[in-house]
Amino acid sequence: MKKLLAMLLCLAMVLSLAACSGNTENDTKKDGNGANNLKVGVILVGDETEGYTLAHINGIKAAASNLGIADNQIVWNYIVAEDSSCYDKAVEMVENYNCNLVISNSYGHQAFMAQAAERYPDTAFVAMTGDFAAICGSENMHNAFTRVYESRYVSGVVAGMKLAELVEAGALTNANYDADGNIKIGYVGAFNYAEVVSGYTAFYLGIKSIVENVAMEVTYTSSWFNIDAEAAAAEQLISDGCVIIGQHADSSGAPSACQQAWQNGTVAYSVGYNVDMLDVAPDAALTSATNDWSKYYTYAFKTVMEGGKLDTDWAKGYSDGAVAVTALGKSCAAGTAEKVAEVEAALKNGTLKVFDTSKFTAGTDQPYCTVTVDADGHVTSCKVDLSYYDYTNGPQLVYQGDTIEAIKDGAFAESEFRSAPYFSIRIDGITELN
Amino acid sequence: MDKKQLKKSGGEPLVRIAKREGVPFWKAWGVRVIAVILALIVCAIFIYLVTKLNPIQVYKVMLEGSFKSKYKVLCTLRDTALLLGIGVALAPAFKMRFWNIGAEGQVLMGGLATAAVMVYCNELPAWLLFVVMLAAALCAGAIWGLIPAIFKSKWDTNETLITLMMNYVAINIVLCVTNLWRGEKSSMGTINMHTKAGWFPEIFGYRFILNIIIIFVLAIAMFIYLKRSKHGFEISVVGESANTAKYAGINVKKVIIRTMLISGAICGICGFITVAGRDQTISTATAGGYGFTAIIVAWLAKFNSFYMALISFLLIFLENGAAQIASAYSSLNDYAASIITGIILFFILGSEFFVNYRFVFRTKAAKEVKG
Repeated sequence: MKKLLAMLLCLAMVLSLAACSGNTENDTKKDGNGANNLKVGVILVGDETEGYTLAHINGIKAAASNLGIADNQIVWNYIVAEDSSCYDKAVEMVENYNCNLVISNSYGHQAFMAQAAERYPDTAFVAMTGDFAAICGSENMHNAFTRVYESRYVSGVVAGMKLAELVEAGALTNANYDADGNIKIGYVGAFNYAEVVSGYTAFYLGIKSIVENVAMEVTYTSSWFNIDAEAAAAEQLISDGCVIIGQHADSSGAPSACQQAWQNGTVAYSVGYNVDMLDVAPDAALTSATNDWSKYYTYAFKTVMEGGKLDTDWAKGYSDGAVAVTALGKSCAAGTAEKVAEVEAALKNGTLKVFDTSKFTAGTDQPYCTVTVDADGHVTSCKVDLSYYDYTNGPQLVYQGDTIEAIKDGAFAESEFRSAPYFSIRIDGITELN
Repeated sequence: MDKKQLKKSGGEPLVRIAKREGVPFWKAWGVRVIAVILALIVCAIFIYLVTKLNPIQVYKVMLEGSFKSKYKVLCTLRDTALLLGIGVALAPAFKMRFWNIGAEGQVLMGGLATAAVMVYCNELPAWLLFVVMLAAALCAGAIWGLIPAIFKSKWDTNETLITLMMNYVAINIVLCVTNLWRGEKSSMGTINMHTKAGWFPEIFGYRFILNIIIIFVLAIAMFIYLKRSKHGFEISVVGESANTAKYAGINVKKVIIRTMLISGAICGICGFITVAGRDQTISTATAGGYGFTAIIVAWLAKFNSFYMALISFLLIFLENGAAQIASAYSSLNDYAASIITGIILFFILGSEFFVNYRFVFRTKAAKEVKG
């Protein structure tokens, strides 16, 4: 009897599911009201407590208010993992909310967004920071990225100004120099791939443009957001004698570690990412390299509202106001603001190129690109394969892309052939610790 | 004399708790329904006091979390199936009073083995690939279940600790392997993206329909195994008393090892269907904490497959509802939504107490007799 009733209950449950599934589409149409037909589904890897995602949230909100987009035209999905739950959300955005634009903000979402894009060819899908939209064969798949390496270069200039001041004041000890007499700087990166390599190289070159004798050590945490690992990596670098700690990971772990060291009397300053780190490191934080995502989102919303087609790859920098550095901290050296303005202006009008080949040297033994160098070690050619590979069992081609010559007019043309960074040359003066 | 002593020691307590025997079916369910209603009332008060939102509206949104569209319903069934599958895997172990807290790790190892076959044997013909994937997942899960069982039966170690720790070993193995597999990217994406080798075929347009079917069959098979087979009987005897089992001539060690092999292997299957049917990739989130949640499922249902299905559904429904509330209302964030599901769960778990026990109040009549 008990069993029978239990089975009946199960049956009732299944039937109720089937019954509920019947009336789905009618309540979705109501959502798409307002002055225009735009409905945006936003899939975020984190929430407002995490700097990278916060920058996206702020960008979307700013774009929405610029264009008069109502709150109910945007559907937010926070803390969506980079797995099939991203696909589930993307499907839900289209089926339940009638979204005509679905955006995801993390690289790992891309593969699942592409599956959804294949399923719903009439909806525009944007995988921010993704790299295969142009070659995956789905017309409705898009990628976008800022030229954040430009603002990383500027944040490097800020750090360089501080270094110069410290040298001037004689504040550095022997521990801060390596055997070759270079001042040690550190960098906490997330992963050892092009996006991070491009970022720290730009940062390094920014510092080097002010102080010639610098050497950088990079530690990877293998995670975009791990506050403990980032703090531990920063502490390690500081105890190794690094004076400046840059970062390409999303937590405030490294700035906190710098602040702690600063309070204990160690010379250590932080250059953050995404958000102003002055809250967690009022003394140690110099500035942060950041993106103004509202520039892209304004463009994307407007284009979809007007029925246009989004760029498959979108990459803008200082010239369009898409990147910036945050407010300078009180520890910044005198004259930093003027120098920043000068460098920013030069980046804007194109007279300054971040990856100017005359400014760095490299070996020809590169893991992910084919490089030739002249007698002085300056790069003369760099062939980059833009294909998308599956690396699980050695590189297996998934989407065929072009192999391009990235050196153009004496500089590495970053983010020109594809929005996602592809600068992965390991240059002299930077050591990867792990 | 007796009466005096009783009086001195305070007499019969005002309330005492007595075990209910043979609770009628309708009464048990009546208590549970009342518990749910009470939970909804308490949550309504909480929602109103904290956010001033209309609780009925919030409950409607909560329902939408699982039923808003056909796809949501299917996802609910898929997730219910996974949770049920792990519950089914845990049932024989728990029935034997073997505290297998290691389902999370066993599922992950099954999933990892599946993924490894997809990565390294993707040239095999489709049917053979699936067979190898399944076999690998079964073995990996079984091994992860076997290790603590051997320790338990040989040296009488504490299986709770060992199975729990094996989870962390599994998680870190997965982290290590995925870090190798991602290569030059920050995440590995889906496996065999270009060939779709080892991906479940689509049924009614969705790959994970097969997951639901597989778990359905497994759940029924486990029901029969526990209720009708000799093995099932041995498991329940060992669970009641190892000494009785020994006296009855049951080889306790053998039963422990055999049962944990089965438990681990079914977890392995859950990993297999999750990787091949749902994710097409592997990460530490593949098991998604269901390995722990399934412990509640197995215990609440007293290892009955049909009740496990109901409870799995309830838990998934609450989880989806919480997520839906959190995304629909800015004033009800993840934490507030979790409080609501927590309250509901608390009442439902609490209702089991009232199903199994009753309060006996000191009656006046008894007092008079004593006086």
